[in-house]
Amino acid sequence: MDIPYTIEARPDTGLYNAKLGIWLFLASEVMLFGGLFSAYVLLRVGAPEGFWPHGWLSVTLGTVNTLLLALSAITTLLAWVACKVGEFRKFKFFHACTLLLALSFLCVKSYEYHDKWIHYEIHLKDGRIADGHLVEQNDQEVVLDGRIIDGNQEQLLYDLRAQKNIPDNEVRLERDNILKMENYGPRHNTFTAIYFTMTGLHALHIMGGCVVIGYLWGPGSRMWKTDRQRFTNRIEVSGLFWHFVDLVWIFLFPVLYLT
Amino acid sequence: MSESSATDLKSSVRRCGLVFLAVACTTAMMISASFSHIGGWPVKVAAILAVAVVNAFLVAGFLMHLLTEKKMIFTVLLFTVIFFAGLLGLTLWAMQDFPVGTTH
Amino acid sequence: MEENVQQFPPFREPPAPEVHAEHGHPGHAEHEAHHGHHEPAFLSKYVFSTDHKVIGIQYGMVALLFMLFGFSLMLLMRWQIANPGKAVPFIGLLLEKVLGQPAAGGVISPELYNSFGAMHGTIMVFLGVVPLAFAAFGNYVVPLMIGAPDMTFPRVNMASFHAFFLGGVVMLVSFFIPGGAAQAGWTSYSPLATTIPTNGQAFWLVGMVLLITSSLLGAVNFIATIIQLRAPGMTWMRLPFFVWAQFVTAFILLLAFPPLEAAGLLQLMDNVAHTSFFLPTGLAVGGRLADISGGGSPLLWQHLFWFLGHPEVYVLILPAMGIVCEVIANNTRKPIWGYKSLVYSVLFVGFLSFIVWAHHMYMTGMGQRIATFFQATTMIISIPSVIILTCLFISLWGGSIRFNTPMLFALGFLPMFGIGGLTGLPLGLAASDLYLHDTYYIIAHFHYVVAPGTIFALFAGIYFWFPKMTGRRMNEYWGRVHFWCSFTFMNIVFMPMFLQGIKGMLRRMSDGGANYSAARVPGAIDTLPDSIIQLNHTILWAAIGLGLAQLPFIINLFWSIKHGEKVNSDNPWGSTTLEWQTPTPPPHGNFKIEPQVARGPYEYSVPGESRDFSPQNEPVVKKAPVTH
Repeated sequence: MDIPYTIEARPDTGLYNAKLGIWLFLASEVMLFGGLFSAYVLLRVGAPEGFWPHGWLSVTLGTVNTLLLALSAITTLLAWVACKVGEFRKFKFFHACTLLLALSFLCVKSYEYHDKWIHYEIHLKDGRIADGHLVEQNDQEVVLDGRIIDGNQEQLLYDLRAQKNIPDNEVRLERDNILKMENYGPRHNTFTAIYFTMTGLHALHIMGGCVVIGYLWGPGSRMWKTDRQRFTNRIEVSGLFWHFVDLVWIFLFPVLYLT
Repeated sequence: MSESSATDLKSSVRRCGLVFLAVACTTAMMISASFSHIGGWPVKVAAILAVAVVNAFLVAGFLMHLLTEKKMIFTVLLFTVIFFAGLLGLTLWAMQDFPVGTTH
Repeated sequence: MEENVQQFPPFREPPAPEVHAEHGHPGHAEHEAHHGHHEPAFLSKYVFSTDHKVIGIQYGMVALLFMLFGFSLMLLMRWQIANPGKAVPFIGLLLEKVLGQPAAGGVISPELYNSFGAMHGTIMVFLGVVPLAFAAFGNYVVPLMIGAPDMTFPRVNMASFHAFFLGGVVMLVSFFIPGGAAQAGWTSYSPLATTIPTNGQAFWLVGMVLLITSSLLGAVNFIATIIQLRAPGMTWMRLPFFVWAQFVTAFILLLAFPPLEAAGLLQLMDNVAHTSFFLPTGLAVGGRLADISGGGSPLLWQHLFWFLGHPEVYVLILPAMGIVCEVIANNTRKPIWGYKSLVYSVLFVGFLSFIVWAHHMYMTGMGQRIATFFQATTMIISIPSVIILTCLFISLWGGSIRFNTPMLFALGFLPMFGIGGLTGLPLGLAASDLYLHDTYYIIAHFHYVVAPGTIFALFAGIYFWFPKMTGRRMNEYWGRVHFWCSFTFMNIVFMPMFLQGIKGMLRRMSDGGANYSAARVPGAIDTLPDSIIQLNHTILWAAIGLGLAQLPFIINLFWSIKHGEKVNSDNPWGSTTLEWQTPTPPPHGNFKIEPQVARGPYEYSVPGESRDFSPQNEPVVKKAPVTH
């Protein structure tokens, strides 16, 4: 006996197996990212007044990423429609666009991560705090592109939105004066921690989606000739996963960048 | 067959274009709300999240065909949403609720 | 319908030549019959099989091995509790050789005790009971019971098993890394889990991620299979209760596990990337301020953990209830009482299990309002559990009871689960839980539900379905020995713990309470009396007895595969459910033609029928079959 309802829908549910399967999986993914979003809300609500960062992330880059992903969701859907109407070349075109858009997203994300990685907060021995992007460093000194503030003005570092157009100057620091030097990585504070974790997990899902869509675009597309409907179903199911990844970003963007 | 398939594809492209436009608009709305000075923080956050929900609805409804999906899928997602709301809501409540009448 | 009287070896007729040669042989070696097609290699038949029956047996064997390992850890712990600071006889030298410093002189150090404790819990729950109850029995039986040829996604099924296996390997390997395995309990509370300066916790977290992935894939498979692949005529209300139980269990796993995966990811970031998701500001470790950003919340871990942790215990019990239901129906030769109540109760339990979790957290300084909420939902969830137990009890009334080994274990389950459940009531009520929390009372409570509870049901399942898997029965005499010895020793091990807990003995104390005993601090109030400390010795001997009682089972299991009494039919127990209406063992694809279901699951002793059971796919002659 062969497994039924792999291609045609079961009459009483109206679904074929893989479609039910992917929605069940997406339900579990909602709970996964839901758990992370809950953690974000609780950490943020629990943070003391004035010490939750605002404006640490570039809204421009975030918007670009949002539009890239939204467009890739569109091309994913169109790739499936092309399969349904039998246009193989159009399918190839649309999914190639999806992959390119996804890679662009990842490139922008890498740039953002790099930007945080070279952004340092340096506590000096005399109590002042230097904050900026690393220009160069050697055994004697560290050069930043940023500013120095007094030790008791630390809150200025948190709300960058409220401060308009802070000038960035060259800041030279002797290594002997440095008490502690830390970049804006995950360990820097809970905001960067949750930012890197959530966008990192999201990026892993993008990469996974790329692998699957890439496979179906390339070697997997041989099934177009042998079992067209099953292949179309695969495109639909992988497309649903991709749309979910876009959905997560639709919430990640406002939550991390805009609020 | 290709005649109708071409038109199918064209109408899909047109619909998708509209959805993309809508998504771009909602994104713009969120950004402007974020940089505006309406009300206090809670109002601003609520507004931004509300627009995000609309945005999500557009993607889920049209691109994932959730609007025309079968009852079984809806049931699964309904329970998921209920449990997620429980997780977030009850945990928030637990973190905000403290024993009363314990200080002398 | 005639039963096919089958001879051994299996495979009555060759499958069609175009079928890819992946055979669903259970783990025994008889496969010499070549049917004119290519025999698959050993690896693709036994290791990388996509047949649900093979995968079910793979899960079963590996889970039983892990359970044996987890049991051994417990024996070592009980020795230390009864004889703190004394070297373990015989095994102590082996421990020292293998583990080095933590077992210096053959004595179990406190750190080693803690890692044994953490791993005993983790291994028993995630590598033992869940894989056996849900994955092993579910995989083997559910597709057969609903009349399906396999699971909806066979390759995902295989991936699920391998993820589980890999997770188990990671967990075991963690014993041998410098610093040893995880030590922060199976609950891995922060900040302890992050401040222990070894990598054991990181291994634990990676292992958990693999195990959670395995469970999620399995859950998707089960739900899709039960929804989509039911045979024609198998309506929802004709499903055997075991299938309903697995269905709800799969949903619980699907939706409750991911928040723990999220939390595990966050704790892994804390451990490896030095973030502070769960580490509060101002945390001091070893007298010094920790070099962390702070701003985290230890309570957040607890909420996310127990959001899974509580539904997890229903994952442990529901498949067991399903198995007991099948065995009782079969061995009373009458329908189960209250089928509809059972179904609605199990659905209700599944739903409620998501909103009771903070009853594990009454001691965290919760306010009265939220505590009241969780107390209310906890009390309410006991209602459907009691309904299920009551239906099973009432089903015995007026039955023609056959006291074979599966039935003995199923009957044993009922009072044991009753004790476990009832002793949970003072724990659900916040006021009494404040006293009993983290005492041995809790250990006794949950072990009663899982050990003489679930595990007895799993034994019942093994004895019950063994003939379908192998065509032979397990030895009945040794089965009874196994039952009576296990039953006796289980109670001697766990009943005293209630008393110890009420007297105030706390959990996770590697010295067995010696530091708080009347002997150590004479004259102090409310110390642990000698009688309570003495019970540790009783428990140790009973635990050893319990271990010895499993030997007949292990020997019986393996011996009977080749030498057990052959069954003379495909349906030796005279059961109504579909898995017994297949050849023995079922071939790849299970059913040659799709079964047409015409009856409910428990049509035993139907008046007017020639036999005392009517299989589900036997057509109803007098009136038209009910179709949904």
